[in-house]
Amino acid sequence: MAVLELTNIETYYGPVMAIRGVSLEAKEGEISVLLGANGAGKTTVLKTISGAMEPQKGKITFRDQEIQGVDPDQTARMGIAHVPEGREVFPFLTVEENLQMGAFSRGDSEVQQDMEMVYDYFPVLAEKAKQQSAYLSGGQQQMLAIGRALMLRPSMMLLDEPSLGLSPRLVSEIAEIIERVNREQNMTILLVEQNAKMALDIGHYGYVMEVGRIVMEDTCERLKSSQDIQEFYLGVKDEGVRGRRRWKQRKTWR
Amino acid sequence: MEVLQLLVSGISQGCVYGLIALGFVLIYKATEMVNFAQGDLMMLGAFFAYTYLNLMELHFLVALPLTIFTMAILGAFTERVMIRPMIGEPHFSVLMLTIGLGFILRAAAGAIWGNEPRSLDLPYAGGVIDLGGLIIGYENLVIVIGTAMLCTLLFLFFRFTRLGIAMQAASQNQLAAFYVGIPVKRIYSLVWAISAGISAVAGILVAPVSLIDPLIGFIGIKAFAAAIVGGFGSLPGAIVGGLIIGIVEQFAGLYLPTGFSDVSAYVILLVMLLIRPEGIFATMQQKKV
Ligand SMILES: Nc1ncnc2c1ncn2[C@@H]1O[C@H](COP(=O)(O)OP(=O)(O)O)[C@@H](O)[C@H]1O
Ligand SMILES: [Mg+2]
Repeated sequence: MAVLELTNIETYYGPVMAIRGVSLEAKEGEISVLLGANGAGKTTVLKTISGAMEPQKGKITFRDQEIQGVDPDQTARMGIAHVPEGREVFPFLTVEENLQMGAFSRGDSEVQQDMEMVYDYFPVLAEKAKQQSAYLSGGQQQMLAIGRALMLRPSMMLLDEPSLGLSPRLVSEIAEIIERVNREQNMTILLVEQNAKMALDIGHYGYVMEVGRIVMEDTCERLKSSQDIQEFYLGVKDEGVRGRRRWKQRKTWR
Repeated sequence: MEVLQLLVSGISQGCVYGLIALGFVLIYKATEMVNFAQGDLMMLGAFFAYTYLNLMELHFLVALPLTIFTMAILGAFTERVMIRPMIGEPHFSVLMLTIGLGFILRAAAGAIWGNEPRSLDLPYAGGVIDLGGLIIGYENLVIVIGTAMLCTLLFLFFRFTRLGIAMQAASQNQLAAFYVGIPVKRIYSLVWAISAGISAVAGILVAPVSLIDPLIGFIGIKAFAAAIVGGFGSLPGAIVGGLIIGIVEQFAGLYLPTGFSDVSAYVILLVMLLIRPEGIFATMQQKKV
C-alpha cells in the first residue's frame, strides 16, 4: 500500500522550474530510494513533500489526505519527519535539548523512553547529551538529526543525503541504522542519495531523477544490475548538456 | 558622591534603553527583521498605563499587568497582519514598514491622548531614599529592580521552559524547527508579543522620570544604538549596551559642553563600530539559510 503518493508534481524557484512533473510513491514499511546527480531536484522533491515549498501543480497524498501546500510543521504533526541535507541541528542547544525539540509536538509521556531508544541507536549521543550540538562532529550531527526526527514518532521519514561527506565507516553505520529503523519500527522511508551503492543496498524500490524528472524506476535489485546505473555511478560525472543528451537517447531510461 | 549620584541615574536611564534594546534584539534574533517601531511601542505602553491608571483609576497592581497584556496582544496582532504577509519580501521593505508603523502609532497616540505631556499616577512616584547623602528616587530604584526582575524571568523562560527552548530553536534554525513540528509562525507572533510586552514595561518604568507624550518613543533610536553596541543578537548585550549608553550620557551631560549628552549614544556607537564592529557580546551565531 502506498503511504505517500506524488502525482505530476511541478515545483518552481521563482521562474525556474526545478521539478518537472514528478510522480512517485513510497510503500508502507519499505525504503524507497530517490537517486540522481547533484542538481537533479531530489532535495526539492523532499521539500515539496514536507511543505517547505509549495508545488505549482500536482497532488501529494499522504495516508489518503492531500498535503500539497500544507506547512511543514503541520506535515510533521501528521507524521512525516524530514531530515534535511546538511545536518541541520540546533547548534546552540545541547544534544538532549535537540532531541526534546524533536518531540515538541507530542503530548504523551513517553518522550523519555524514546530518548533512550535514540541513545540506543546512537550511543555516542548519550555520551554527549549535555554538550552543545555545534561541537559535535559532522557524523554525530547527522546522527542527531536522524535521532531528533525519530523523537517525532513519525510514521514516515524523508532522509536527504544522510551519507553526504561521511567517512566510509560512518556511511555503513548510518546505512545500518536506517535499515534497523525500517525493520524494527516498520518505518516507511524515502531515502535521497547520491551514494547509489549504499542506497540500492538497503532500499526496496528506487527512482532515478535527472533535471527535474524521473527517468527510471525499478526494484533496487534490478536497478543495481542495470548497466545504465552501473555506468552512471561509475564515473560519469559530466553534467554537461552533451552528457545529458546522450542519456536521453538511451532506450532503457523510459 | 556626585559621581555616585550620576551613576545611579545613568544606570536607571540605561535600564530603560536596555529594555527597549531587548525588544529589538528578540525580534531580530527570531525573524532577522529590525522593528524600528520598538520605541513607539514603549510610548504606546506608557499611554495604556496612563489610561488604566489615571483615566480608569484601576489599582496599580491591576493596571500594570493589564498594560503588559494589552501591548502583548497588540504586538502579536501587528506581527500577524503587518509582518507575516511580508514573509519572502526584501528585508528593506519590512524595515520601511516598521518605520511607517512608528509614524502611525505616534499619530494615533496624538489623536487619542493629545500631544501635551502627561504624568502617570504611580503610587511610588516622588519618594526618595537617602543612603548617607546618596539620594535615590523610588522611581529610579523601581526601574533597576523591575529591569532585573524582568531579565531574570526572561532568562528562566528561555533557558528552562519547553516553549522558551523552542523559541531558541526557531531562531537558530528556522527550517529545522519547522521540520520537527514547532509552529514557527505562531512562535513569531509570540516573539512580537513578548517584545511589545517588554516595551510596555519600559514605558511604565520610564513614565515617572520623563513625562509621557507621543514623541517619547524616539529614545528607541538610542536603544537601537545600545543593541548594536551590545552585539545585535545578544540579550545580555542589549542590557549592557543600554547601561553603557545611559551612564556615559549622564557623565557627558555634566562634564562636557551642552549638547554632548544627547549625541553621546551615537559617539559610543561610532567608536564601537570602529574598534569592535561585532559588539561587546559578539554572537558567533551563524544562521543557516
Ligand atoms: N534556493 C534556490 N533558488 C533557485 N534555484 C534553486 C534553489 N535551490 C535549488 N535550486 C535549483 O533547483 C534544481 C534542483 O536542486 P535540488 O533540489 O537542490 O537538487 P539536488 O538535491 O538533487 O541536488 C537545481 O538546478 C538548483 O540549481
Ligand atoms: Mg540535495
